[in-house]
Amino acid sequence: MLKIDNLKVSLEEEDKQIIKGLSLSINPGEVHAIMGPNGSGKSTLSSVLAGKDGYTVNHGNVKFDGSDLLDAEVEERAALGIFLAFQYPIEIPGVGNMNFLRTALNSQRKTRGQEELNAADFLKLVRSIAKDLEISDEMMKRPVNVGASGGEKKRNEILQMCLLEPRFVILDETDSGLDVDAMKLVSKGVNNFLSSSRSFLVITHYQRLLNYIIPDYVHIMVDGRIVKTGDKKLALHVEETGYKDFLQLGKEKH
Amino acid sequence: MTDNYQVRDVIDKETLSTVRSVGGTYKYGFSTDIETEYAPLGLNEDIVKLISKKNDEPEWMLDWRLKAFNRWKKLKQPDWALLKIPEIDFQDQYYYARPANMKEKPKSLDEVDPKLLETYSKLGIPLTEQKKLAGVIEEITEEKSENRRVAVDAVFDSVSVGTTFKEELKSAGVIFCSISEAIKEYPDLVKKYLGSVVPISDNFFACLNAAVFSDGSFVYIPEGVKCPMELSTYFRINAENTGQFERTLIIADKNSYVSYLEGCTAPQRDESQLHAAVVELVILDDAEIKYSTVQNWFPGDENGVGGIYNFVTKRADCRGRNSKVMWTQVETGSAITWKYPSCVLKGDNSSGEFYSIAITNNMQQADTGTKMIHLGKNTNSRIVSKGISAGKAQNTYRGLVQIGGRSQNSRNFTQCDSLLIGNKCGAHTVPYIEVNNSSARAEHEATTSKVDEDQLFYCMQRGIGEEDAVALIVNGFCKEVLQALPMEFAMEAQKLVAISLEGSVG
Repeated sequence: MLKIDNLKVSLEEEDKQIIKGLSLSINPGEVHAIMGPNGSGKSTLSSVLAGKDGYTVNHGNVKFDGSDLLDAEVEERAALGIFLAFQYPIEIPGVGNMNFLRTALNSQRKTRGQEELNAADFLKLVRSIAKDLEISDEMMKRPVNVGASGGEKKRNEILQMCLLEPRFVILDETDSGLDVDAMKLVSKGVNNFLSSSRSFLVITHYQRLLNYIIPDYVHIMVDGRIVKTGDKKLALHVEETGYKDFLQLGKEKH
Repeated sequence: MTDNYQVRDVIDKETLSTVRSVGGTYKYGFSTDIETEYAPLGLNEDIVKLISKKNDEPEWMLDWRLKAFNRWKKLKQPDWALLKIPEIDFQDQYYYARPANMKEKPKSLDEVDPKLLETYSKLGIPLTEQKKLAGVIEEITEEKSENRRVAVDAVFDSVSVGTTFKEELKSAGVIFCSISEAIKEYPDLVKKYLGSVVPISDNFFACLNAAVFSDGSFVYIPEGVKCPMELSTYFRINAENTGQFERTLIIADKNSYVSYLEGCTAPQRDESQLHAAVVELVILDDAEIKYSTVQNWFPGDENGVGGIYNFVTKRADCRGRNSKVMWTQVETGSAITWKYPSCVLKGDNSSGEFYSIAITNNMQQADTGTKMIHLGKNTNSRIVSKGISAGKAQNTYRGLVQIGGRSQNSRNFTQCDSLLIGNKCGAHTVPYIEVNNSSARAEHEATTSKVDEDQLFYCMQRGIGEEDAVALIVNGFCKEVLQALPMEFAMEAQKLVAISLEGSVG
């Protein structure tokens, strides 16, 4: 589904390379976790995959279903089925949640040549998803993410995911700022959403999220590269010993 | 014209197709091919007399006009606004134009030239009494609306071509007609109130208007009457090289209520045209007027060629105790806007509100705001201004809050927010606050921000195209003002916001 080949990325504004030759292949139905210390380039990777401005790809490519992902506009990638759950979901004052969700869903449907969803069906769909995530009607009426707590914002991201039904989901530190109850709700939302045709890239500092969302593969990312790949036991190892064993691996590769 | 917007599949197809259908981004840019009768070019006493004669006016009205004209000759065009106004040759334009077949004013809508009716229906303003103004309520609520009706007075160049629901309104005691008709039919009311809010020589453009105004709307709501439907006037400039000078006078007698809407459009032309209107509102004890404007005159092209000069004086006089006025304006059109709808809060406990969205794109300029003059005790005013600037446009909020020495316990709250799109435009806020009473309180909040890259990215990551994302964010920014509009206009205004910002990103 997604194939990253020797990707090198630097910041547009300064000549600083953040991702220094990263390769990764993700098949349908797989859950991959990327762990790593601060500044290892995890969030840069998610930004580049989603198409955020401010980065220069110096080398390598990314194929999604065989075609070149990096050529597509941000909203085209979204319509192809790429979803990024933001580490810090953005507030949009004055724009109601419902209006935002409906605009997003119908924009994607139009891009894919599908018919728009009518108001009644849309409402039914959103309400059932919101109920599962324990998101109140009152919150749905608020402007996007305005006045929401950290946990509410993350649940809102998951709601958007469930509604937009992407095929490839990047969870960027979705566990940060969540208490145990919120983490369980978010994980439940994700687990219900898993299927043999969907894939996940879970970016996290900590192992704890991976107790709830079980990865097929765990990659350790250090200094812009994947230095070690294993299964979920690797995450437990990190939990016990930290990243110090892997920092050395990063250096050796220089 | 070349399309300066990128076509994306995801953009609201309906919006795009209406925009495309007229070429360029201004969807009301067509002109109506109709035989037009002009007054001779230029301005002198004879022209003033001619206009008066065309309207079959009584002597006192002509005297009033001539007095204004003589004052105007001594006045200078104001230059204090933050506007670059090309020199206007007042002798090189027409002051009166009317469709030739309007010589005899049609007695009913059935007699109006079908070409004119067609023009209005093309603009989405059906001049029939069966249909309501645009079908927008259903779109916004997704429910069938109750049969809300809006009475329309349609002003085409210098004349009113028809007013709907006149009889029904009359039975409620409401007078809604063109001002030329009111001068003849209700001279006592007109004499009493015309020029009592905006005096003849108030300012250069108002004075010019007093001399040459040709038509406009007149509304009188008698004591104790809540107007049974929304009233509206739709102004259309069609004739070339012609100024439009309309005059509106609305009187809300004691304990009455009316909501009034006005809309404006003009064809797309290379020459600029002058629009200098005067609106006077008189509000007596316990009465309320809501006055909403969606101004969408042709803004000129992206290089600043053509467009309307919109130099307008609007003022509400809250004469009565507990009187109330609310101005709501959505200003998206015009090459240059010079406009400060004001409230004179004379009556004790009276209140004035001003909600404004001013959008400038490409080479447009706007210097707009309000004046809140607190004279009575316990008066309240509220100003919410949202200025949006894109392209190379300049957008200024200019507002005066004045609390007089006898205005005990009066309050003002002002909020001015400016939003910039791109880095070649400008936003300016010029508040004047004069408080002469220690019991008064005036608050002023102002912000300036740019359309946030992170907000755009967030919307686009969810599949929303860039221009739609900008429209969504800007509509969010304006929400407080959009909500102040009557339902009929809110949806239209939201679409306008999107259209007027097309080509501002990317």
